Amino acid sequence: MKPAGFAYHDPQTVAEAVALLGRLENARLLAGGQSLMPMLAMRVAFPDHLIDLNRVEGLDGITVEQGVLRIGAMTRQRSIERSAAIREACPLMTEALTHVGHLQTRNRGTIGGSLCHLDPSAELVTVAAALDATIEVAGPEGQRDVAIADFPLGFMTPALAPEEMVVAIRIPLWPREHGYSFMEFARRHGDYAIVSAAALLVLDSAGRIARASVTLGGVGAAPLRVTTAETALVGEAPTPALFRAAAACCEGIEAMEDPQAPAWYRQRLAAVLTRRALERAWARATGEAA
Amino acid sequence: MTHELHDITLVVNGRSHPIRVEARRTLADAIREECGLTGTHLGCEHGVCGACTVLLDDQPVRACLMFAVQADGRAIRTVEGLAHGDTLSPLQKAFIEQHALQCGYCTPGFLMLGTAILEQNPDIGDEELIEILSSNLCRCTGYANILRAVRAAAAAMREEGVA
Repeated sequence: MKPAGFAYHDPQTVAEAVALLGRLENARLLAGGQSLMPMLAMRVAFPDHLIDLNRVEGLDGITVEQGVLRIGAMTRQRSIERSAAIREACPLMTEALTHVGHLQTRNRGTIGGSLCHLDPSAELVTVAAALDATIEVAGPEGQRDVAIADFPLGFMTPALAPEEMVVAIRIPLWPREHGYSFMEFARRHGDYAIVSAAALLVLDSAGRIARASVTLGGVGAAPLRVTTAETALVGEAPTPALFRAAAACCEGIEAMEDPQAPAWYRQRLAAVLTRRALERAWARATGEAA
Repeated sequence: MTHELHDITLVVNGRSHPIRVEARRTLADAIREECGLTGTHLGCEHGVCGACTVLLDDQPVRACLMFAVQADGRAIRTVEGLAHGDTLSPLQKAFIEQHALQCGYCTPGFLMLGTAILEQNPDIGDEELIEILSSNLCRCTGYANILRAVRAAAAAMREEGVA
């Protein structure tokens, strides 16, 4: 359970980190290390070079400007969890973070690390998908934006070239009076979820659903937007029956199977969590729940 | 190349330890082997059990999930720093009085985690306290006595503060 040897690099700027990525063979970035360190210790990852991002300037920070939340890649999960600005502007993220690991791991773990590790059940990736986030990527040619929908190439594989790195995530904010809910089921609190569901709703002046977002984590290789459920909701008057019908869309989706849970169990869980998340989001949109 | 040695200084409980380590040396191993402070225990070595919890700049972290080179110059606190001479900290005393340990293997991690809780949020609610303490593994006590010890220490500290 000891990591194998590697050469350690400690860049101070994004440009230096990108240059190292371009120059070194078999190099990996080290962000918070809360997933990579166990992989190194168990020797399922064995890079020749580790490029530590912890001393790189300007990669952490939270800003809310002109309806957009921007979070630097090296911002610790704990800082996001405790941010009053995020609690106010993007409470879905605050709620999801209470399910991410434990206090000790959130003190080190970063949002950029979660995005790039891209575990199918990772709460922060599910939230990014639910909110139509944009990922800012730096490379030798400068910076480019990647929509979250295009970010996962496959199982735990982000759409990054070997010499590229994530520098920030941008999230367009929902109207202040939106309802939201993040729910998940895990065998133990703090574990990756077997299935998670994120729901967001906006009601129009007549009380009908003007906008909806329904996202599942843990069912496929990457978070899944359930567009059939979203379509079923928009324009309708919110009722328990409507939410049940929308959630039923989740029963037909293709779900993965692993030693933790068979596919049918994930499908059922997806429907139950989606229904509950929609009901909670509705209660929050109407001010009936905190 | 990959076994290159790095000269770093670990500041543990206020004392500087100039040490020379490979980059692959975890903070937990460096505290135990290079600094000779074996109070920090290693259980799983991959971030599950929490036995190696130390405070880094007063925040609880798992010392097996950091490399020693990353902690160069940062303020580290371990279980050895809790007592003043022969006087145990309120939490250490409470662990004894409330029978919050049996085999003792997980105890240093729980003490550091509990210390951080008491410093940052002594009036923490039951639900949050249970959630935070459940991040460390104890297979002897069933946790009830550990919870009781943290509560007792908070009460003792409040009394001391008043007195």
